Amino acid sequence: MQAFYAHMRENPKYQELVAKRGRLSWSLFAIVMVLFYGLILVVAFKPALIGQRVTEGSSLTVGVAAGLTLFVFFWFLTALYVRRANGEFDRLTAEIAAEAKKELGA
Amino acid sequence: MSTILSRLSVAALSLAASLPAMAAGPAMDSAEKQSLNVPAIIMFTIFVGLTLVITWWAARKSQSASNFYTAGGGITGFQNGMAIAGDYMSAATLLGLTAMTFSQGVDGYMYMIAFFVGWPMILFLMAEPLRNLGRFTFADITSYRLDQGKVRTLAAVSSLTVVCFYLVAQMVGAGQLIKLLFGLDYIVALFVVGALMMVYVTFGGMIATTWVQIIKAGMLLAGGTLVMIMAMAKFDFSYPKLVESVTTVHKLGFKLFTPGSLLADPVNAVSMAVGLMFGTAGLPHILMRFFTVSDAKAARKSVLYASGFIAYFFNVIFLMGLAAIIIVGQNPDFFEGGQIGGKIIGGGNMVAMHLAKAVGGNLLFGFLSAVAFATILAVVSGLALAGASAISHDLYARVIMKGKANERSELLVSKLASIGLGIVAVGLGILFEKMNVAFMVGLAFGIAASANFPVLILSMYWKGLTTRGAVAGGYIGLVLAVAFVLFSKSVWVTVLGFEKAIFPWDQPALFSMPVAFLVAIVVSKLDSSVAAAKEQDNFDDQYVRAQTGVGAAQAAAH
Repeated sequence: MQAFYAHMRENPKYQELVAKRGRLSWSLFAIVMVLFYGLILVVAFKPALIGQRVTEGSSLTVGVAAGLTLFVFFWFLTALYVRRANGEFDRLTAEIAAEAKKELGA
Repeated sequence: MSTILSRLSVAALSLAASLPAMAAGPAMDSAEKQSLNVPAIIMFTIFVGLTLVITWWAARKSQSASNFYTAGGGITGFQNGMAIAGDYMSAATLLGLTAMTFSQGVDGYMYMIAFFVGWPMILFLMAEPLRNLGRFTFADITSYRLDQGKVRTLAAVSSLTVVCFYLVAQMVGAGQLIKLLFGLDYIVALFVVGALMMVYVTFGGMIATTWVQIIKAGMLLAGGTLVMIMAMAKFDFSYPKLVESVTTVHKLGFKLFTPGSLLADPVNAVSMAVGLMFGTAGLPHILMRFFTVSDAKAARKSVLYASGFIAYFFNVIFLMGLAAIIIVGQNPDFFEGGQIGGKIIGGGNMVAMHLAKAVGGNLLFGFLSAVAFATILAVVSGLALAGASAISHDLYARVIMKGKANERSELLVSKLASIGLGIVAVGLGILFEKMNVAFMVGLAFGIAASANFPVLILSMYWKGLTTRGAVAGGYIGLVLAVAFVLFSKSVWVTVLGFEKAIFPWDQPALFSMPVAFLVAIVVSKLDSSVAAAKEQDNFDDQYVRAQTGVGAAQAAAH
């Protein structure tokens, strides 16, 4: 197995996979962290803003609107990740494994 | 064999002893017993009958370790997504968050977002490595290149601590709820829950536990949606109308939509958010679900489905909680002595149940009661299975027998461990009957965030982590989380009766988790042993497997 892993590691496609996936997953994670903790910091330090109506006379408040937006948007991000990982990334992975198999005759 | 059993029972006893000492404290309002609730009992009997048939079917398949622990890896992404949602949405979630919205308004919604936001993170950072490196327990991942004995012992200790606290909270809640909903004695209720859980887990293993979760999640989603639709019909399905009506009657007025007492302290609010988000990613019974699917593709899909169900259901709960302010809060039938604004019959946690009764009569009330009972049963089974796996797969097979145990004896140990956990759960449930156990779920999340999560994520992504660092960080996180909760208001003042809390916040994670990370990193950096260098060298191979799944545990043929 070790020779197998070493071979895969040398494959430029593996490096491409790791770089692409790393970029995508850590940026999505960063977006989630910034938006979620942004909201929590507003709750902690500017609570009055959370209770304000979005527009004059609207029954929708900033907190509920922001919360609902986060629920929908974060779920959309998970869908985005699953789409790329199950398509593009899994195809790359399969190619890398097949090439290692072919060359090492495993 | 007997020495192993005695060692295990000693471990279980010392765990029980490590729970906060019992002392005189203000008792929880013990729920009053209700008359027998016939529709609820009929519907619940149907549920139990169905799950027992499934258990009987699963029992014939649960002969191998892989079927027992992970259903042979044969669960599909959709099924696992339902089961995760089922595992994650306990009765405490349904009842507690409805009640929180009912009394505190938007605070409940902020809690729900914090409960939800762990899921995208798990998908982006953890789903692939979990599935590609793990087999039966999450310690498979942390021990991939680190010292098996030490790292698995740490994982087992912290998993069992999390499982025990979570179990007690569920059991006490179960007893109170069942007494109220079904008119059964508290102790009888505990024995029913304990016995059914042992049957599911010991005979049906992960296959039965998963199907119990799936059925229960379906019932919960359907029941909650039905109650929400019937409640919203009273407001012509108009959110503005709902908001204007509730803010005119609620004592907080429009302030209902401003963060209130639960989030008043900024540090508390942030710590709550940290604990719930990262705790989700360290709960052993949740992590275990990733090993039941065939590959990383299915693992990702399960998070997509699970987070969809969870996000949807939290919004349903929010609407239920708001609607209940008018439908339950303005109806004298639901208050003791018919006094509106007084004490709610059965306590605040009954708001969701009263709402079901108000909009759908006894039949819907019975259905939601059966759902709540089924929910408790399913969550308790998942917890027991996670605890039993920690005992049999980590402690027995890997630490005590050093990998030389055969599959039969390992399975026997895990079945005995599930029975042992069932007995411990019932015993602790009886012991804690009169206590306010609300802090225990928060503590379970706090420990998971402080002991399990840092070690797990570092072992996946940081080459520099060594055994010494992992063990030091993990135990410090565990001890700090427990100590902070012990010294916080919910235990130090409410349970132990001291005057003033030493740790002024409710949730320990904001402090204990960064310390755990820091200790793990610093100790690893200072570790110049030969073993450490080898562990760091092995990271590269581990990373290839985590990224590609080549060499990962395969699904059993189905």
